[in-house]
Amino acid sequence: MGAIPLPTATGGEAMATMTSDTRRIIYRRPDTLVDTSTHYCPGCGHGIIHRLVAELLDEMHLGPTTIGVASVGCSVFAYDYLAVDFVESPHGRAPAVATGVRRVRPDAFVFTYQGDGDLAAIGTAEIIHAAARGERISVIFVNNGIYGMTGGQMAPTTLLGQRTTSSPAGRDAGLAGYPIPITEMLALLPGVTYAARGSIADPPLIGRTKAMLRRAFEVQLAGAGLSIVEILSTCPVGWGMTPTEAMAHVAHDVVQTYPLGVMVDRLRAPVAGAPEV
Amino acid sequence: MALMTTDATDLAGQVEQAARPVLMKGNEAMAEAAIQAGCDAYFGYPITPQAELLEWMARRMPELGRVFVQAESELGAINMALGAAATGARVLVSSSSPGISLMAEAMSYMAGSEVPMVLINVMRGGPGLGSIGPSQADYFQATKGHGHGDYRVPVLAPSSIAEAVALTADAFELAERYRTPVIILADGVMGQAMEPVVPVYRTPAREPAGWELTGAVERDPRVVRSLHLRPEELEVHNHHLQAKFAEIREHEVRWAGEDLDDADIVIVAYGTSARVARTAVERAREQGLRVGIFRPITLWPFPSAELAAAALGARAVVVVEMSAGQMVEDVRLALEGRTPIFFQGRTGGMVPTPIEVVEAVVRAAALTAPHGRHPAPDGDGR
Repeated sequence: MGAIPLPTATGGEAMATMTSDTRRIIYRRPDTLVDTSTHYCPGCGHGIIHRLVAELLDEMHLGPTTIGVASVGCSVFAYDYLAVDFVESPHGRAPAVATGVRRVRPDAFVFTYQGDGDLAAIGTAEIIHAAARGERISVIFVNNGIYGMTGGQMAPTTLLGQRTTSSPAGRDAGLAGYPIPITEMLALLPGVTYAARGSIADPPLIGRTKAMLRRAFEVQLAGAGLSIVEILSTCPVGWGMTPTEAMAHVAHDVVQTYPLGVMVDRLRAPVAGAPEV
Repeated sequence: MALMTTDATDLAGQVEQAARPVLMKGNEAMAEAAIQAGCDAYFGYPITPQAELLEWMARRMPELGRVFVQAESELGAINMALGAAATGARVLVSSSSPGISLMAEAMSYMAGSEVPMVLINVMRGGPGLGSIGPSQADYFQATKGHGHGDYRVPVLAPSSIAEAVALTADAFELAERYRTPVIILADGVMGQAMEPVVPVYRTPAREPAGWELTGAVERDPRVVRSLHLRPEELEVHNHHLQAKFAEIREHEVRWAGEDLDDADIVIVAYGTSARVARTAVERAREQGLRVGIFRPITLWPFPSAELAAAALGARAVVVVEMSAGQMVEDVRLALEGRTPIFFQGRTGGMVPTPIEVVEAVVRAAALTAPHGRHPAPDGDGR
């Protein structure tokens, strides 16, 4: 898809290599990204986010020590696209599975890749307690506000008023409660060393999201507690939008409920004042 | 030396050197047996009557530089086990009945993704929150698959603390040999009782597995998964699993027999029920009744052919359980209607008494005709 961005300021160095005939390659597939087409729908954000993860694993030379934890949802097939060791977790349990991996493999780089239904609904206990324990794992939390794989049902993250197949009249707070800002909740816990929310709505935001992911990975490598990056993503099919409309929806509407920024970075300094990206 | 110490370190020290009997609590003996078997990581959650197992691990594992995590729930514990075991670590989880129910999901995933792990269930009375008394009412759950999907896992049932120690090491070996979770099905008595044991510890050899997740260094990435979205692919995977289960059935059946040579009445019992039955057999024989015990050690695979052979010359079989008669179904399948089957059981956390069992034997004898004797096998049927 044409929306894949050029490498960003923080991500370009490994991409720029010289060929023997001196033509300069400025953009190529990261080694960790498998050379295949994905099963993701047109306009889905997983492809962009997979690429960001693959770029960082390459740039930070983490591939050979990585054990990823795949969760249940559209992104369960992350292991088909990211060429690292992977274990598949039951729905919502990825932070517990990652805990097990981490505890017996202290030298591994361990991340979970979870959707919002997985992390913020069925897996609430697992993420909160992994965070409370300060497990040295990185959580990539892809929030598209819907259960995509099962056909577009309401998730705990679904916006108020949003129509889904299980909230056909729009999410009504009286019937179905309010969107859950779980990353803000997690940022309260001392075991969470880094928590941030990014977006893939446009190329500059993608660059900032990559910087957040890099920081999250650095926090893990520093042995300092749990790091989580929530990434506002799209589900054009589930939302009944075109890919372009879906990106605009994230950029203008979803961020009203889920503001972007770094919520906590306890490695740097105690956070004071308003969040900033 | 005080043997009823609650100090895990002291008792562990005694146990390591024990050439003489040591008074051990079942939960602690199984925990130490797992440690001696090379258990790398333990994950658990407090529940009666297995809490001492968790407590033993909480003290012993960190002092050995191994992993102990008290999880937020049994769901957390079993999924931590899944993650740790997927890297090739030797992993133990323990719980009791209600907690085991919560673990059904991950057990299915582990069976499907072929991750070895040992799970100890110190059974208590059910259903629901039930009671904290000893029970054998999780027989169906353990032997018929536990979670969703077409699978079985080996189920080992110790009948003494010494046997629980031995079976713990065996369980790790079976788990790794067949890449499967293995259940040790104990009951509240096995967990809580203390008895003198000369524990015989064993550390099964570690074979290089070749599937475990260690980071893809100079090899292709590996994926430990149970998802096979294409039905054709999943069916092939199921055939593979079924072939493995057939191999386990063929090679891993275990049972023990006592006094079966001349037995008119064969008692079938496992675990604590078999201990009660042993006393009952002594008393019944004092009264001139020829009674023997057939004790399955593997509840799955169930020793069906072996039981059929053992009961060939008997006029009746009496199944004794701390349940409403769950094992009776497997006994029926084994005997295929050839021998009348009676059941004597207690539920809810109650343990049958030897007198009740003797009475059941007397009733069975009175209600059945003498049978022409056929030679029946005896001894250890390992």
